[in-house]
Amino acid sequence: MEKKLVSFIVAGDPNIEATLRFMRALSRYSDIIELGIPFSDPMADGETIQKANVRALKGGMRISKVFDIIREFRRYSNTPVVVMTYYNPVFNMGVENFVRRLKEAGGNGLIVVDLPVEEAGDYLSICRRYNIGTVFLAAPNTPEERLRKIDRACSLFLYLVSLYGTTGVREDISNLAINFLKRAKRICKNPIYVGFGISRKEHARRFIEAGADGVVVGSAYVKIIERYGDSEETVRKLEEKCKELKEGVLEGSKNTFLRR
Amino acid sequence: MRFGEYGGQYVPEVLKPPLKELEKAYKEYRDDPEFREELDYYLKNYAGRETPLYFAKNLTEKIGGAKIYLKREDLLLGGAHKINNSIGQALLAKKMGKTRLIAETGAGEHGLSTAMAGALFKMKTRIYMGTVDMERQKLNVYKMKLHGAEVYPVDSGSKTLKDAINEALRDWVETFEYTHYLIGSVVGPHPYPTMVRDFQSVIGREAKRQILEIEGRLPDCIVACVGGGSNAIGIFHEFIDYREVRLIGVEAAGEGLDTDRHAATLLRGRKGILHGMYSYFLQDEDGQIKTTHSISAGLDYPGVGPEHAYLKDIGRVEYVGVTDKEALNAFLELSRVEGIIPALESSHALAYAMKIAKEMDREEIIIVNLSGRGDKDLHTVMKYVEF
Repeated sequence: MEKKLVSFIVAGDPNIEATLRFMRALSRYSDIIELGIPFSDPMADGETIQKANVRALKGGMRISKVFDIIREFRRYSNTPVVVMTYYNPVFNMGVENFVRRLKEAGGNGLIVVDLPVEEAGDYLSICRRYNIGTVFLAAPNTPEERLRKIDRACSLFLYLVSLYGTTGVREDISNLAINFLKRAKRICKNPIYVGFGISRKEHARRFIEAGADGVVVGSAYVKIIERYGDSEETVRKLEEKCKELKEGVLEGSKNTFLRR
Repeated sequence: MRFGEYGGQYVPEVLKPPLKELEKAYKEYRDDPEFREELDYYLKNYAGRETPLYFAKNLTEKIGGAKIYLKREDLLLGGAHKINNSIGQALLAKKMGKTRLIAETGAGEHGLSTAMAGALFKMKTRIYMGTVDMERQKLNVYKMKLHGAEVYPVDSGSKTLKDAINEALRDWVETFEYTHYLIGSVVGPHPYPTMVRDFQSVIGREAKRQILEIEGRLPDCIVACVGGGSNAIGIFHEFIDYREVRLIGVEAAGEGLDTDRHAATLLRGRKGILHGMYSYFLQDEDGQIKTTHSISAGLDYPGVGPEHAYLKDIGRVEYVGVTDKEALNAFLELSRVEGIIPALESSHALAYAMKIAKEMDREEIIIVNLSGRGDKDLHTVMKYVEF
């Protein structure tokens, strides 16, 4: 199966029109666009994405506009869109209402970072009913039995958090992550995508070589947006970064293929 | 693990195993006679328990209604009830083999009590505190540093308690292997709301025994302020089953409940999820958490403990609001007539008690949980009152 690149940005950072331009640029080399819903209290995120949340909210981003963005994006792209959010905005809108509107807008999947599988009973059946793919996260300290449970709750892919910490760019990838990935590959039925801390071609290549079915990149893009704002420069740099990462994914998969 | 529908464990996946570890350790030690004995030893000899139940004669006479008793948690080491919980959790963390403590703080009282516990049990301690709160609680910042704790300024969001919690959670996600997150109120994911309540319920147990000794009967009414809600649950818990005892939780109405500047979560909030729990929150129509306001940093929080949400729903506890101004008046009144400077947080409870005492009979009894002393608030009060 082809290895995937998932590219994350925050919806409305710094405004809706820019987000659409960024999505378009990223979709040239990405297999999936992950769109973050800005939240007032993003406790699982590091500084880079926290600031993006603040920029988006300051720019007047509303939850309903996330659906507008996806609807607009669908007019010219078939690249799947997965929405990443904290639970409160979903709960506040009503899970069913939220999932239905996401589907109607053309969204493909949903990640709720602070909704563990135990609390996700109704959520799962609603996502299933509306054919919205589910993604849950697992971490290096997730025990085997729990990993199976999480795997069963996923329908799109399993998001493997590569480290103990929040989102954000890191220098290197750890053995902890590689070992965890190998363990998860043995146990899980879903494709496994690795995220958190991935910002370079080299990182992407190594995770793919170690058996990942995909990688998720966020802060590396958001840093570009932070630096260059709503500009052509940002669009160009996002595309460059995305291309670099995709090359990493492709090189990695070539190497795995050759090794077999 | 739930109070009615409230509570739960809404956390990123990384935190599930450490929460399980904590739950297991807490279950193991909570009824362990040796642990209890050790905890009691420190509560008595270090923190200064038990605290008196003081009949505020002058205040009672001045108001001319029900008898007002004050549960003197303000006399504890550090000047607030927070130490009951900090010593309990630090001791537990020690048993679990953790070497580092982190905590969030609003008014600085919980940060201070955690800094003291860190010094006492020789644990590395870092306190997360919003920069707005650091400014209005300078003295406590200094005290924490005296005890060897690092005070980490939080400059995100509203720069107050809720943001300090976010930042502490981010730390814990990275460091849980050797760090215990010592949450200071009955908030957060399970098992914190239960555990913190248990450590704080010593307040109510003592108060009940004391009032029976002094008056030979239970009080008619107990009043406590509610931010996250730990001192309130601490004094209420022992009395929940005595339906004849009226329990009143006082929220911060700030500049008024009909303005945007208050922190009255149960009175004006809606159900939601934040900081690992399902409870009430002050939020906008999109589910974004609102910025709150209260004259007292300790009540300046847009959420509330899940057990309070439950107690509100079943009608066992009445929740009311007291404004900045009313709290400030109560602060001045107690200082003048009894020679006791109450914390601005506790002044909210006091203000409401003074209001209802007037309409009650002279034989009736009110207990106010005087959860902390006001030394830390002088900086704030001086802005309003000059001599």
